Amino acid sequence: MPDLAEITQRNATIAVLVENEAGILARVVGLFSGRGYNIESLTVAPVDADRRLSRITIVTSGTDMVIEQIKAQLDRLVPVHKVSDLTLEGPHLARELALIKIVGKGEARMEALRLADAFRARVVDATIESFVFEMTGSGDKLDAFIALMRPIGLTEISRTGVVAIARGSRGL
Amino acid sequence: MSATLQTAETRTMTGAEIVLQALKDNGVEVIFGYPGGAVLPLYDALFQQNAIRHILVRHEQAAVHAAEGYARSTGKVGVVLVTSGPGATNAVTGLVDALMDSIPVICLTGQVPTHLIGNDAFQEADTTGITRPATKHNYLVKDIRKLASTVHEAFYVSKSGRPGPVVIDLPKDILIGKGPYSEAPQAPHRSYRPQTEPDAASIRAAVRLLKGAKRPVVYAGGGVINSGPEAARLLGDFVRMANMPCTNTLMGLGAFPSEDPQFLGMLGMHGTYEANLAMHGCDVMLNIGARFDDRVTGRLNAFSPNSKKIHADIDPSSINKNVKVDVAVVGDAGAVLKALIECWQAEEQPQDKPAIAAWWRAIDGWRGKGCLQYRQEGSIIKPQHAVKRLYEITREMGRETFITTEVGQHQMWAAQYFGFQKPNRWMTSGGLGTMGYGLPAAMGVQIAHPDALVIDIAGEASILMNIQEMGTLAQYRLPVKVFILNNEYMGMVRQWQELLHGSRYSESYSEALPDFVRLAEAFHARGMRVTEAGQLDDAIREMIAHPGPVIADIAVAKDENCFPMIPSGAAHNEMILAPGQEGGVAGVTDEGMVLV
Repeated sequence: MPDLAEITQRNATIAVLVENEAGILARVVGLFSGRGYNIESLTVAPVDADRRLSRITIVTSGTDMVIEQIKAQLDRLVPVHKVSDLTLEGPHLARELALIKIVGKGEARMEALRLADAFRARVVDATIESFVFEMTGSGDKLDAFIALMRPIGLTEISRTGVVAIARGSRGL
Repeated sequence: MSATLQTAETRTMTGAEIVLQALKDNGVEVIFGYPGGAVLPLYDALFQQNAIRHILVRHEQAAVHAAEGYARSTGKVGVVLVTSGPGATNAVTGLVDALMDSIPVICLTGQVPTHLIGNDAFQEADTTGITRPATKHNYLVKDIRKLASTVHEAFYVSKSGRPGPVVIDLPKDILIGKGPYSEAPQAPHRSYRPQTEPDAASIRAAVRLLKGAKRPVVYAGGGVINSGPEAARLLGDFVRMANMPCTNTLMGLGAFPSEDPQFLGMLGMHGTYEANLAMHGCDVMLNIGARFDDRVTGRLNAFSPNSKKIHADIDPSSINKNVKVDVAVVGDAGAVLKALIECWQAEEQPQDKPAIAAWWRAIDGWRGKGCLQYRQEGSIIKPQHAVKRLYEITREMGRETFITTEVGQHQMWAAQYFGFQKPNRWMTSGGLGTMGYGLPAAMGVQIAHPDALVIDIAGEASILMNIQEMGTLAQYRLPVKVFILNNEYMGMVRQWQELLHGSRYSESYSEALPDFVRLAEAFHARGMRVTEAGQLDDAIREMIAHPGPVIADIAVAKDENCFPMIPSGAAHNEMILAPGQEGGVAGVTDEGMVLV
C-alpha cells in the first residue's frame, strides 16, 4: 500500500531570498518548468538594496516528497541565499493585492460600491461609468469579491500574486 | 610581448588578459577550444603567452568532452574556450553531459559586443538563456570590473559541492576593454556554501543501522570518485572493516577495486546478478555518492523492498528524490566515510557475524551463477572476449591505463569486463548517454597523462559521431587507441528492438560504414582490422605497442546482446541472465514499454 504522504497533495508557500541579479527569475521559473513543478503564483521584488537581495514568494502544490524536492532544488541554485517553507514552519500571513475594474451605470454601479465597502475595497479611480477598486487580502477573499463583481460589470482584474511572511518574531 | 601572465598584483589589463590571468591563478595549464570572431581577442592574448596551452579541437562538443576527460582523470577543473553563436550551441551537449555526470568544467563562450546583444547580430545566440538548464551556473559579464571576480567565482562554483559545468559568456567589447585585475577573494561566497561535513547525529544513526545489519550492502557511486582518491581509499577501509559486500554504479567504477573479493561488480540494468540480488535482498543499504538513478533501481516500487536505506550525498536534492530513505547524510563522500569509520570504531555494539557469514554464503551462491560467463568458440570474436582480453593484456603489461567509452553495448561490456582497481581511470558518459563522448574524452585524458595508455572502447556507430577528432590526435601526436567493437549495428538499439519490438530493426543497421583502416590512415594514424579470434591477442599487443594513435577495428559477433539485463519496468530479482531466458521479456508491461 502506498504511503499516504506519497499521494496526498499539499499547498506550500515558499519564500526564497535571492541575489538581485539578471536572470535569477528565469532560473527559478526554468527550474519549475524544467522539472514539471506547479506554480500557482509567484511574486518577486527587491527587499534590500544595500545587500542586493530580492524576495520571491512562490505558491505551489505537490506531495510532501515533491515539495521537499522543490525546496532542495531551489536551495542549490547558486544565487539563492535562503529557502523557507512558510506553510510548514508555522503560522504565516499571506496577502495579495488586486486592482479590479468595474464598468456600469445605475443600480449595478451602486451595488458594486456597496459590496466594495463590505469587503473593504478602496476606490482608487472613478469615472461616471467605472470604478477601479483596490483590495488587499487573502487569495480566497479576493476570489470571493471578484465572483460577486462578475455579474455587475467586472471588466478587468490585475492581481499581484501572494506575498507572505511568518507571524511572530521569527525572521527568514 | 605583453605582460599578461606575470604576478597578479592589482593592475589594469585588457579583458582577454584578465581572463587568462584568472585562469592561470586558478591553476589552469591546458584549455580545449576552437577560435571564432567573438573570441579573437582571447586567442590573440593566448598567442602572446606560454603559461597556458591551447588544444585545438575539431568541433566544440569535443572540446567539452575533452575537458571532461581531463577533469575526470585529474580531479582538476577542465576548461573550454569557444566562440559565440554556433560555438556555444555546439558545446551544449558537452555541458549537459558534464551536468548529468557532475564533472567540473568551465566553458568560456564568446559573445557579440554588449551594445549588439539582442539585435540578432552575426553569430549571436542567447548563450546564457540556452545554457541555463545545461549548466550548474552561468554568467554574462557586462562590466569589465566584475570580470576577474566572475572567473574566480566560476572556479569555486564549478568544483564546490556537487561539481558541474559553468559557462562564462564574454562579450567582445569586454575582452578588448581595459579593467582592473583582482585576485580570488578570501571571503566565503555570499550565497553558495554547500555542506561538506556531515552532521554527527546522521552519522551515528547510520552506524547504528549498519552495525545491526544482518544483510548489509554498500552501493557507491561517482560521488566517491569526485571526492578524490582519499575517499576511495576510505571506502575500501570501511568496506573491509565492516566485512560488507560492495557494488559500484557505472559512474563509481574504480571507487572500489574490482579484484577485491568483497566487490560484487556493477549494479543496475546491466549489472551483475550478485550485485542486484544483494541490493534486492539486503536489510541495510549504504548508498554513498550515488543517486538512485533509474538504471540502478529498476521498478521503483519493487526496489530493495525490505531494507533500511542510508543515503550519503553532497547534494541534498538527490536525497529522497527517487527513493525515500531512512537516514539522510549530507556531506562530501570522503568526509562522510571518515566520520563513518571513526563512529564505527567508537560504537560498542557488535556486528551479527553469523548473520553476515550467512549473507556472504547467499552472495557466493549468486556468484556461482557466473552471470558474466560467455563462450568464445570458433573464429568469430565475442565482444565480451575482446574487452576481457584487452583488460588482461593491459593488466599483464602493468602500464597505467585509462579507459573511455562511447555509448551503447560496447560501453556496458567495457563496464562489465574491464576491471578498475583505482579511481579516475574510467571515463564514460553515464547520465546523458552521449554517443561520441569517448574519443574526445580520451584526448583530454591523454593530454593530462602523456605517458599513460589511453584506450577508447568504442562502437562503430558512436565513434563516427566525433570522428573528426582523429585530426586533433594527429596534430598533438596523442597516442590514443580506439578499440572499436564493430558489430555493424547500433547494438543497444538493436538489442531493444529485438527484445521489445519484435526484432524489427528499424534504422539500427550501420549501413555504408567507412573502411576504418583507411580512415585511420587518412588521419595519419595506424589502422588495424581484426576478424579472427586467433588474431586478437597479437592485435591488441600491436595496438598498444604502436607509439601513435591507432584505430583497431575489431569485427565482433553481430547478434550478441548485453546480459544480464533488467528489462524496463522490472525489478532487480527479475533479471534476464542469458539469451535463452528472453521469454521473460514478453512480459514487459505497458508501463515498462514507455521507459527508456
